[in-house]
Amino acid sequence: MDWSAWILSLKLAAATTLLLLPLAVLISRPLLTMRTSRRLVAEGLIAMPLVLPPTVLGFYLLVAFGQHSALGQLYHGLTGRSLVFSFDGLLAASLIFNLPFAVQPVQRALEAIPREVREAAWCCGLTRWQTLLKIELPLAWPGLLTAIVLTFAHTLGEFGVVLMIGGNIPDETRTVSIAIYDHVQGFEDKAAGVLSAVLVAFSFASIVLIQFFTHRIGKREQ
Amino acid sequence: MSAPGLEVTLRQRAPIPLDAELECAPGELLALVGPSGSGKSTLLRCIAGLHTAADGAIRCNGETWFDAAAAINHPVQARRIGFVFQNYALFPHLTALENVAAALGGLTFAERTARAHELLTRVHLDGLAQRKPAALSGGQQQRVAVARALARDPAVLLLDEPFSAVDQVTRRKLQQELARLRAHLNIPMLLVTHDLDEARMLADRMVILHKGNTLQSGPPEQVLTQPDNAAIARLVGLQNLFEGTLVSEGDDLKLAWLGHRLAVTRIAGAGGDRVAWVIPPEGVLLHRRERPSRGEAENPVAGTVQDCLRLGPFTQIRLLPEGGGEPLAFSVPTHVAERNEIAPGAMARVTLLASSIHLMPWEPPAETRAD
Repeated sequence: MDWSAWILSLKLAAATTLLLLPLAVLISRPLLTMRTSRRLVAEGLIAMPLVLPPTVLGFYLLVAFGQHSALGQLYHGLTGRSLVFSFDGLLAASLIFNLPFAVQPVQRALEAIPREVREAAWCCGLTRWQTLLKIELPLAWPGLLTAIVLTFAHTLGEFGVVLMIGGNIPDETRTVSIAIYDHVQGFEDKAAGVLSAVLVAFSFASIVLIQFFTHRIGKREQ
Repeated sequence: MSAPGLEVTLRQRAPIPLDAELECAPGELLALVGPSGSGKSTLLRCIAGLHTAADGAIRCNGETWFDAAAAINHPVQARRIGFVFQNYALFPHLTALENVAAALGGLTFAERTARAHELLTRVHLDGLAQRKPAALSGGQQQRVAVARALARDPAVLLLDEPFSAVDQVTRRKLQQELARLRAHLNIPMLLVTHDLDEARMLADRMVILHKGNTLQSGPPEQVLTQPDNAAIARLVGLQNLFEGTLVSEGDDLKLAWLGHRLAVTRIAGAGGDRVAWVIPPEGVLLHRRERPSRGEAENPVAGTVQDCLRLGPFTQIRLLPEGGGEPLAFSVPTHVAERNEIAPGAMARVTLLASSIHLMPWEPPAETRAD
């Protein structure tokens, strides 16, 4: 087993999920009250990673993060590290290509809360933040859980963008999916098979977990 | 500046036109009545701060909550209101107790729990504190909503059609409970309803709202029997709305209608004026068949029964008066209808009580018919 690839992948998936979840809530909340035309544009932008070929997304991120880009230079100036072919760059790219997987379930869950429930909370004297924390998030819990599992599982499996932005540097950017590709290239079918099988099992378990919890929460609310 | 109670003046063109003025004293229950889309709920939402009107002012106990001219607009949280939503809007993930406690900010956990229990007891729900809304009946949910609305010790209580989502029997029970509860509340209470009976039963005063305009306000009995004009009479669905002319007869003014000269006790107008008039069904009395009026009865009118509808102990009768025109509607106890052999096509005579006839300025029927 390629443990360093697993550790890196799990680290990347955990960091992405932890950072993206609050971000998804902050992005979804204003979408609820946004004017339709603006909302559609914003939703379109968020959904882009779903339809763009990973290599295209990877290419633009490579350009945006590169040493010669303003962002790349700014990051280098601040941290002394590079955004391309590094874990930091991989994490930044991961946040972007996972955006729809985190935002959409959270947004749908927040949308499903009746407007009056939110207004009733304000009428009870709860501030908007208190309403979000005490009323909206607990009600949107199945959506949050879906976002967590989808983001985590998708980060573990992402290949194209990771390869473009991170390359294949052991302990730095060589995730499980890159390791599988590497093994296949080197005719190490057995190693590739083991990693693939674990990834399949993990993805399946994630989906079942979502279904199970969503169902249980749905029943508890009734 | 320190006038107690609620004073509201609101104007806007969109999304729902509003040109409304109302006030409500502490302890008074004011019903906002009008057809769907008349702006009742929008008015309530403006008072709560959930909607901001383009122009106007809202003051409660001398405190300005909203003043468009002075750019004052307190957020919902800063207005001490209790709001009961039409579908109650309870927090589905919280128990009845937690729903009420959610409105008790600023207290310790123990204080909140004790106060929430107290409020649930007040609405007769003490045994169901740990139930979630989904495990409560519609009536019980409404009581939780009322307890939650009272939890903040509100300066004004806003009720948006609070009885519309429950069955008839529960509705009567909840209405009685509100009538009892309000006796102990010394705050302005606004009740949005389209049910005139509800307004008549519960409210001290009612305001008729149409297309955002406050048309008439007054005690329900007065508004419902003495509307300011025919448009309001139509809006509140009054039966027996007719047109006539005031004519001089000696020193008196009488109401000329289909060849009759009707005596009227409350004169509004001068001889020759065209008027609209209305008489509530209670003001129409059926003459006994074996003892027909000999002319001395007040405002006798003969006619043909157009139809009679038996509704349990009462029978609704529509009588086509001699001389044509629209039928007079009234109702009598069913045994009276049977004894007098009231049936479609039968002749009958009635008295129109002079004191029940209400005259209004005539105006062409506008597009103000209730929906």
